Amino acid sequence: MHSDQDRAPLWLRLLAYGGIGFLFLPIAVIIIYAFNAESAGYSFPPKGFTLAWFPAAFARNDVMQAIGLSLQLALLATVLALVLGTLAAAALYRREFFGKDAITMMLILPIALPGIITGIALLSAFRLADIPSGFWTIAVGHATFCVVVIYNNVVARFRRLSYSLVEASQDLGADMFQTFRYVVLPQIATALLAGGMLAFALSFDEIIVTTFTAGNEVTLPIWMLNQLTRPRDVPITNVVAMTVMLITALPILAAYYLTRGTEDTAGSGK
Amino acid sequence: MMTASLPVTPAAPALGLWQRLGVALYRRPGLQLGLLLGLPLLWFLVVYIGSLATLLAQSFFTFDDFTMEVSRELTLANYRQLLQPANFDVVLRTLLMASAVSLASAVLAFPLAYYMVRYARGWKKGFFYVAVMLPMWASYIVKVYAWTVLLAKDGMVYWAYQHLGLGGVMDWLMTLPLLGGNSLTTSHLGRFAVFTYIWLPFMILPVQAALERVPANLLQASSDLGANGAQTFRHVILPLAFPGVVAGSIFTFSLTLGDYIIPQIIGPSGLFIGSMVYTMQGSIGNMPLAAAFTVVPVVIIALYLTGARKLGAFDAL
Repeated sequence: MHSDQDRAPLWLRLLAYGGIGFLFLPIAVIIIYAFNAESAGYSFPPKGFTLAWFPAAFARNDVMQAIGLSLQLALLATVLALVLGTLAAAALYRREFFGKDAITMMLILPIALPGIITGIALLSAFRLADIPSGFWTIAVGHATFCVVVIYNNVVARFRRLSYSLVEASQDLGADMFQTFRYVVLPQIATALLAGGMLAFALSFDEIIVTTFTAGNEVTLPIWMLNQLTRPRDVPITNVVAMTVMLITALPILAAYYLTRGTEDTAGSGK
Repeated sequence: MMTASLPVTPAAPALGLWQRLGVALYRRPGLQLGLLLGLPLLWFLVVYIGSLATLLAQSFFTFDDFTMEVSRELTLANYRQLLQPANFDVVLRTLLMASAVSLASAVLAFPLAYYMVRYARGWKKGFFYVAVMLPMWASYIVKVYAWTVLLAKDGMVYWAYQHLGLGGVMDWLMTLPLLGGNSLTTSHLGRFAVFTYIWLPFMILPVQAALERVPANLLQASSDLGANGAQTFRHVILPLAFPGVVAGSIFTFSLTLGDYIIPQIIGPSGLFIGSMVYTMQGSIGNMPLAAAFTVVPVVIIALYLTGARKLGAFDAL
């Protein structure tokens, strides 16, 4: 629905850019307040510029532990999701069989259903099986809802990959691992990377499922939530908020640039 | 007698173990499928479907109000408790918010998506896409936190109101029954604004995708036939893009329905479905009732999806 001849009317431009402004307002606020000199409260305009809260925040044990835990969890969840999601994508992309739709649906369900249902379901299962909540229960939950992100990215790439390349590789005497390493992997590598980055970002700042599976562990988002319900260290929280924002925004941008313009993958002569 | 030399077929090169395995798998697609799908399928059946099944089973367990303990005696009491009038209030309040948020998101998303599709060219197209995607993926809890900063008593929003001379308008808004509250952070209006903000990108992208598929020649045909801009919008663009709006509303509706963090942090007291479930299992420890309560959003979403499918939302995804 493109039209090149006319220019958008002013009101439409205002609404469009206003919408973008609305979307970025809270992000701007987070960045501004991280440098705010005020030590309590959120008064506007900010009381002055300071970098002092950064060393103060990163000197805090609870903050550093929460960051460390969230990074470890996100890495582990991403690796698990990469394995499961890629296998599922490889299995499902070019076959039709009974129950395929149900399986695809099942992969999507953990993010399609409200997080609270996934969370409480996992918790009730862990309790019933007498599995204590902790690092591994969080990781299992995160991996489960991250699979679909990997699956979507990889399956889209697989659909553009010509299967005859795999057959040719086998005809030429390559074994399964060689075929995967030299034919399949180079073609899906950026999809894996992009999916992995999104999964990492998704896991790193997930809170709803995590509150149910965390037990006494404090991930970075749970640390943030605790600050929200009992506001104490406003400036420290501001710095942590900006850190979380950056840690999740960078992989997302990277994922976007990695998957941009991949419609013409080399060798996909379909 | 002549010994005719038989035509020699070159011996097939000896295949290594993995090569032979590869060939064997190639000949048995079913086995190959099983090997690929086995692990993810097992994971999802055990971890996910298993958990959902446990949750469902728990909803029939008995919770003893005196000992505060759960026993495995099967009962329908939890579902009967769902039908109490107080719980209807919770469901109604949540549904009202979810509908209002979906409607507001659609109104805000449409012009933005329309501009993205029709007028954004070159680098601007990428800019708009990233500008929608980035806030969508940015940390949920940080965005909620940012809004508590924005809406705080001396914060940016109050400052803007005062400087625009709208302080009186704000005070008046806060006295209204369905919008008001003691302050912005404890008002229905504040909660509604935060919900709308958080789920807005989930509306923009499907609407944009739907608009992208509206053929340009239909717009030309419409204006050739004498329609003005408003008529073309009303009779050509809107009907064709509507499935995209419905698709987006699936997200805004179901995400609002299950949220329990925003209602807890912003807005007046009064439980939402999500916060109800959370308090039931958390502070009270009544997992059976919490489990029964999760059936409510699942049923509502299932009904919503059925309706959405009829309106063609799934083709727009």
